[in-house]
Amino acid sequence: MPSIHPATGHPPSPPADRTGAEAYVALFDVYGTLHLAPPPAARWHPAGTREARPARRWPAGIAAALLAGAALLTGGGASAETLLNVSYDPTRELYRDYNAAFGRHWEAEGNAPLEIAASHGGSGAQARAVIEGLDAQVVTLALASDVAAIAEKSGKIPADWQEKLPHNSAPYTSTIVFLVRAGNPKGIADWGDLVKDGVEVITPNPKTSGGARWNYLAAWAWADRTFGHDEARIRDYMGQLFAHVPVLDTGARGATTTFAQRGIGDALLAWENEAFLALNELGPDQFEIVVPSVSILAEPTVALVPGNLHSEEQGKAAGEYLEWLYSPEAQAIAAKHYYRVWDTSKADPADVARFPKLDLVSIDDFGGWAKAQPEHFGDGGVFDQIYKPR
Amino acid sequence: MRGLSLRSPSPMPGFGLAAGITFTLLSLVVLIPIAALIARGADIGLAHFLATVGTERVLSALWLSFRLAFLAALFNLVLGLAVAWMLARYDFPGRRLIDAAVDLPFALPTAVAGIALTTLYAPNGLVGHVFQGFGVRIAYTELGIWLALVFVSLPFVVRTVQPVIEEIEREVEEASATLGAHRLRTFVRVILPMLTPALLTGFALGLARAVGEYGSVIFIAGNLPYKTEIAPLLIVIRLEEFDYEGAICIALAMLAISFLMLLVINLVQVLSRRRYGNA
Repeated sequence: MPSIHPATGHPPSPPADRTGAEAYVALFDVYGTLHLAPPPAARWHPAGTREARPARRWPAGIAAALLAGAALLTGGGASAETLLNVSYDPTRELYRDYNAAFGRHWEAEGNAPLEIAASHGGSGAQARAVIEGLDAQVVTLALASDVAAIAEKSGKIPADWQEKLPHNSAPYTSTIVFLVRAGNPKGIADWGDLVKDGVEVITPNPKTSGGARWNYLAAWAWADRTFGHDEARIRDYMGQLFAHVPVLDTGARGATTTFAQRGIGDALLAWENEAFLALNELGPDQFEIVVPSVSILAEPTVALVPGNLHSEEQGKAAGEYLEWLYSPEAQAIAAKHYYRVWDTSKADPADVARFPKLDLVSIDDFGGWAKAQPEHFGDGGVFDQIYKPR
Repeated sequence: MRGLSLRSPSPMPGFGLAAGITFTLLSLVVLIPIAALIARGADIGLAHFLATVGTERVLSALWLSFRLAFLAALFNLVLGLAVAWMLARYDFPGRRLIDAAVDLPFALPTAVAGIALTTLYAPNGLVGHVFQGFGVRIAYTELGIWLALVFVSLPFVVRTVQPVIEEIEREVEEASATLGAHRLRTFVRVILPMLTPALLTGFALGLARAVGEYGSVIFIAGNLPYKTEIAPLLIVIRLEEFDYEGAICIALAMLAISFLMLLVINLVQVLSRRRYGNA
């Protein structure tokens, strides 16, 4: 007599009607190897019942797993007003100080306390994170083209962002200098010395690092002047320069570590602020800064991300966060962290006096980032052409 | 009697829940992402795919990644067997400590491992400066990449082979010896066949792990295009150029090569099983 399934109320299906997944048994043996075998003939099926049950229970199993997953992933609601500043590699120390100062300034103006978080990494990677949905209210990146990429690819930043704040939206600037070992044993004084025999140069990869793009353009600017705009000779110099690079890190901080802590290379091409930081943190007796005859005015740019603002209050805080960067107090903080600033009225004169005077070209001499980025750093661009296998 | 109606024909119930979890989890974390990758790749077209992957830089990165992963897995095949043998057969002070240490590459964040290895093997590092004296540079060369890959893939062979060695009956070896086989012959003809499936599995897992390794390698690699740039780094570089298609092409190439290699290893396994019986 056929038994009736207690849950479904159907008579059990005969064994031949097993569901597809059950027809073969997947087994992992002790070696971790997958075996697919027909099910053993004599499985323990008392009275031959309930063949259909496992299939009926799948949806319940899936639902249970989904519920458990959902429970793990949700949780944690909104609390105080928050602000996320997505920045590039060497600004860690600057924004640690600035965020604390801005928090005090914000509360002193009678606002509710603000929770400011900062995220650091290679400038290009950070821009990509924002494009892919990282909820940044402000971005403070190494160069304008990374901000422009966010504007172009995500639409969360208006196209005219760079005109919204003074000085091309660059509240502080820097330049590219060389950091060499104490005593400058290889006698490196200018860009031309970097391609001498036996000299090793450390710079990050211009494809992944914003700072490295400034390095590259600064070297190009020197070669342009030295070789009288002869592009073939400039390219030859650039190829030689990168042939002297033994390690191509992905970010500026990584390159500094390679040079300073691993002892690789004779000269590090670095942000001026990064070079000063390395000098002071790692010992002035180990390194010295060499200022080349020509360098580039590196403009790290900042922008509001209106597409990621979730409340009026947050928008107000984010706007003020960027504008206050231009205040004398904030400019003093930036100068303290070795950035060149526009307003030195409250800065320590000793901080300002540290910056050597040198001849700076600007990105506009390269036709702006909109032109320089694809021409030099795009796939198949000049950098790809000069970087030849050896 | 409570639970009578829920009694399942198997002595171990839970098929429905297990199947639900298996298929949900596998879909969410493995199948859907890979399907998405292949779907995106299908839009690109074969000609564009070949043009992207066929460039010298991509080819040299793929060659470097797979060659060094293979060499690292091969090295671990021998080294891992020795470690597993030591741990399974001998009792010595600190055995449990060593046993636990084998798993460290699983537990340690790969970036930490990479930085630690770089610090040690850089020309000014503790080990690196000794080698530097002989004119051998480890960090920032292929040797450094290989070392990092050996590190991350070490546990696989040990952990797959060790339990098998533990299960080998000593009597088998004794029988072999009494029948006149010398030690090497006993090892090669009696023990090794028993270990082969486990060795191959460990080798395949280690190889797969090493091919995809990114975190520890980028610290020690030097990352020079054409020379020490691994394929996973090239994928990241493509992403940072917003060249998603290029990244997908390299990823698909890696997926295809890995799949082929694992297929070949499985075939070898099937053949060895057929030859030695279901050992």
